[in-house]
Amino acid sequence: MFMAIFVLTSMGLVLGTLLGIAAKYLAVDEGNPVVKEIESLLPNSQCGQCGFPGCGPAAEAIAEGKADITCCPPGGQLLVEKLAAIMDIDLSTLEAQFTLPVVATIDGATCTGCTKCYKACPTDAIVGANKQMHIVISKACTGCSRCKEACPEDCITMAPEVASIGTWHWPKPEAA
Amino acid sequence: MNSSIPLRASPHAHDSSHVNSIMFMVCVALTPATLFGFYIFGWPAVFLWIITIAAAVAFEAVCLAAQQQPLYRLKDNSALLTGWLLAMTLPPWAPWWIGIVGSGFAISVGKQLFGGIGQNLFNPAMLARVALLVSFPMQMTTWANVNPLFSTNAPSLLESLQIVFGFQPLADGVTGATILGQIKASGDVPVSELVATEFSLQQAFFGFTRGSLAETSEFLIFLGGLFLLYFRIISWHIPLSMLLTLTLVSGIFYSYDSAQYAAPWVNLTSGGIMLGAFFIATDYVTSPSTSAGKLLFGFGCGLLIFAIRAWGGFPEAIGFAVLMMNALTPLIDRSIKPRIYGRSHTGKPLPATATPRSQQRQ
Amino acid sequence: MFGFSKNKGGVHPEEHKAPSSTRPILTNIPLPAKLLLPLSQHAGADATPLVKVGDTVAKGQLIAAALRGNLSANLHAPTSGIITDIKPIVAPHPSGLPTNALIIEPDGEERWREQESLPIDPLTLSPDELASKVEQAGIVGMGGAIFPAAVKLRQGRRFEIKTFLINGSECEPYLTADDFLMQERAEDIVDGARLVRYILEAYRVVIAIENNKPQAIAALEKAAAPYGSIEIVAVPALYPTGSAKQLIQAVTGQEVPAGGRSNDLGILVHNVATVYAIQQALRYDRPLISRITTVTGACVSQPQNVEALLGTPVSHLIDICGGLKSEPNRLLLGGPMMGQIIPSLDVPITKGTTGILALNKREVNQQVPAPCIRCGRCVDTCPMGLVPLEMAKHSRTDDFEGAQAFGLNDCILCGSCSYVCPSHIPLVQYFEFAKGSLKLRKASEQKLEYTKQLTSMRGERMEKEAAEAAAKKAAKKNKRKSRSSETVDN
Repeated sequence: MFMAIFVLTSMGLVLGTLLGIAAKYLAVDEGNPVVKEIESLLPNSQCGQCGFPGCGPAAEAIAEGKADITCCPPGGQLLVEKLAAIMDIDLSTLEAQFTLPVVATIDGATCTGCTKCYKACPTDAIVGANKQMHIVISKACTGCSRCKEACPEDCITMAPEVASIGTWHWPKPEAA
Repeated sequence: MNSSIPLRASPHAHDSSHVNSIMFMVCVALTPATLFGFYIFGWPAVFLWIITIAAAVAFEAVCLAAQQQPLYRLKDNSALLTGWLLAMTLPPWAPWWIGIVGSGFAISVGKQLFGGIGQNLFNPAMLARVALLVSFPMQMTTWANVNPLFSTNAPSLLESLQIVFGFQPLADGVTGATILGQIKASGDVPVSELVATEFSLQQAFFGFTRGSLAETSEFLIFLGGLFLLYFRIISWHIPLSMLLTLTLVSGIFYSYDSAQYAAPWVNLTSGGIMLGAFFIATDYVTSPSTSAGKLLFGFGCGLLIFAIRAWGGFPEAIGFAVLMMNALTPLIDRSIKPRIYGRSHTGKPLPATATPRSQQRQ
Repeated sequence: MFGFSKNKGGVHPEEHKAPSSTRPILTNIPLPAKLLLPLSQHAGADATPLVKVGDTVAKGQLIAAALRGNLSANLHAPTSGIITDIKPIVAPHPSGLPTNALIIEPDGEERWREQESLPIDPLTLSPDELASKVEQAGIVGMGGAIFPAAVKLRQGRRFEIKTFLINGSECEPYLTADDFLMQERAEDIVDGARLVRYILEAYRVVIAIENNKPQAIAALEKAAAPYGSIEIVAVPALYPTGSAKQLIQAVTGQEVPAGGRSNDLGILVHNVATVYAIQQALRYDRPLISRITTVTGACVSQPQNVEALLGTPVSHLIDICGGLKSEPNRLLLGGPMMGQIIPSLDVPITKGTTGILALNKREVNQQVPAPCIRCGRCVDTCPMGLVPLEMAKHSRTDDFEGAQAFGLNDCILCGSCSYVCPSHIPLVQYFEFAKGSLKLRKASEQKLEYTKQLTSMRGERMEKEAAEAAAKKAAKKNKRKSRSSETVDN
């Protein structure tokens, strides 16, 4: 009886001490590594569509749970899935439906060729010379809307990319 | 013009198979053995069979309704088959509530709790049978004597109703033990002696022995199994590897010590082994989906059946063995995959063998 | 079950080949009012139009060229007439999305462009020159793969080709176009086989035909008899033997390495119709402007094979075959196993159209899908050795990595699994969905990477510009300073 009490008590003491030492020496770094990881995933175009001043602050907000993982439209569904994996969020529980990524289109009829959009674009997705109609290379457009804000003629629209045979694929069959 | 046509990817053709007909065909394959069971165990068996199946279908309907699933799902005949299989493995004169409790457990716990057809981990009929066996060991091990219909000792319709719906235990004279039960309880009597006095290979093979409602006739069940094989409803892998394993292992131990271990032919003709090999272990949902996996599954079943019969606490082993292998099925399916075309067994692409032309010219 | 085939799995779908086998190939059919020619009738990028609205074109004239990307293919005017429009039309594609097309109004004269009056004997030209001629003729894989034939020939020329395999298996039910081509034009095919063999410098030519086409086998054996080097091999009729990978396995017992090409084994496969088109181009200077297609199905009054100009609307061909007997349940281009539904009868046939099928409900036999019972029939029938039931299970929950673990990447979408599934689960659609989603995901990943790169490049440029501007400013200042100091000095 006393032997048992003695053994259990000493085991508790030894293990407790070990745990205490481990907690001290194996402590996790204070700086949140998740923030870095998230920042590396974000588009880094500093577009501000999330409502934060740039991708860095957005990454911090996401890591702290202050911002939704769906807050980055240019990242699209792919980014949401990756963030969900990092943050350990079940995608099916998300209330906010993430928006479809959009791209800018310039209305050729009203564009005056002022080059303001061209200068505002963080990814150089707009080409065109002075006084000539500009064109958006949708491949490079993150849909950040900066050009739209910069355009004095209001001739830029943001819309999801038009479906084409090249990007179309079969939808998931209805559940059996 | 085709807006009414659902957008469907290829293929736009299908063979004539359907789940409903597959399940129905299995029931057809069970019919001869079942009719034989009715014949040798009389009206109580018929009543118990009807009660068990009706209960299974009723429980299925209730579960579907509770989950707001369409009731036409009943037409897949899976509840009918589960009830039927369960009924076949019950003691033929078991009371009515055994059938209802068993069916309820099989359908609700064994199948619908897992998510319905196709989702269950364990064979529902075997799960129910084992649950009944451990919960009601007395009723589940009371084996009626063989008293064929219309023979002098056969119970009349009225007596049969009393057997099934009465609450009195059965009289001593009408029941006995199965050969496997006798072996288990034999104590110091050598198995070989017991078999010599109590066992007739011919009777066991054709089914004129005490045993479950409709699994005594190994012959008729074997025929049913061949029927399923012929129509390719089951593949040969599981039955063959299971029976072969049991034969080999029991043969080895029998030749080592015939006083302690039953001979292969005793093992192969008793305790519903054929039903287990052709109808229970081959259940699609709870067995592996690849050929290699099936061979392994059958091997495991055979080994476990022998081990439980030889050294375990229960005389009959099919249910436990199959359930144990059911639990291993997800693991088998994850680890044993067929070799992919153009890849080695480890999944690496096969090496290219062609020579580039520039090299060829050198 | 105990087949003698070297191939794994496979199915024996009902053939339904008899209805379209009663008449010979119908040629010289009346011209339709309009020909619709999509600029994309091949695997790669759209061809670039070389004509404008209002132009008059001659039969065989190059009207759109493969300029962008080497997987594109030339397009020629199937008949003489006027280009009335260049605009998006409803594509012959299940999505019903638009595709850019040239529209020709035939003038009925069938006036050819200038042809080489005396075509040169192709065997006097070098293999590379012949490959260029195949490229100019706009020939693509006509069994449905629509991969540019010349690209394949050039890739093949980089290897020592031991076997040139001609695919005459036509394993899809209903279709008999290749069967009739082989029966009626066996000499041309054998000639084409010899020409391609010359291009590839192949050691051996094998024409593989499913053993359910005895007449085609006999015709080709007769045509090949004078040339001892061409073997006619009958392969077991088993779907999908016509898939290049399965055909190679059936004929040689070898397997194409995963992720590789048949070249890796020293084998090159061309469809029999492609070989015929190559022969026509090299011998007679005829570009690919028509093809033989099977118009059949229970809803078609007079099922038969038709040699039709590219761009002919499906409705025109069905009219020629006596029209529709009844409202079809499914309207397809291609065979029932891998063919695709089309959104309307107005879509044109293209280079890859092996057949037009109008099927009734009984033929399609599609039932409401039921839950998977894990019967494993899909596993047994998969010719690639995959586990379709697990692939579908993971695809349903968007777990595409899980689906890949059970072989999604190796899936050839042959449809054998869906064909036998007793639960009638649309397995192939799950795989199409998963493959499509993965492709899209990869594209968006690339875009993200690309835009990130652009941003950082722009950042660097801005910095550099700013630095340069600052340097300039400083230089200017310095200059002014030094000048002022000079003045002071003076």
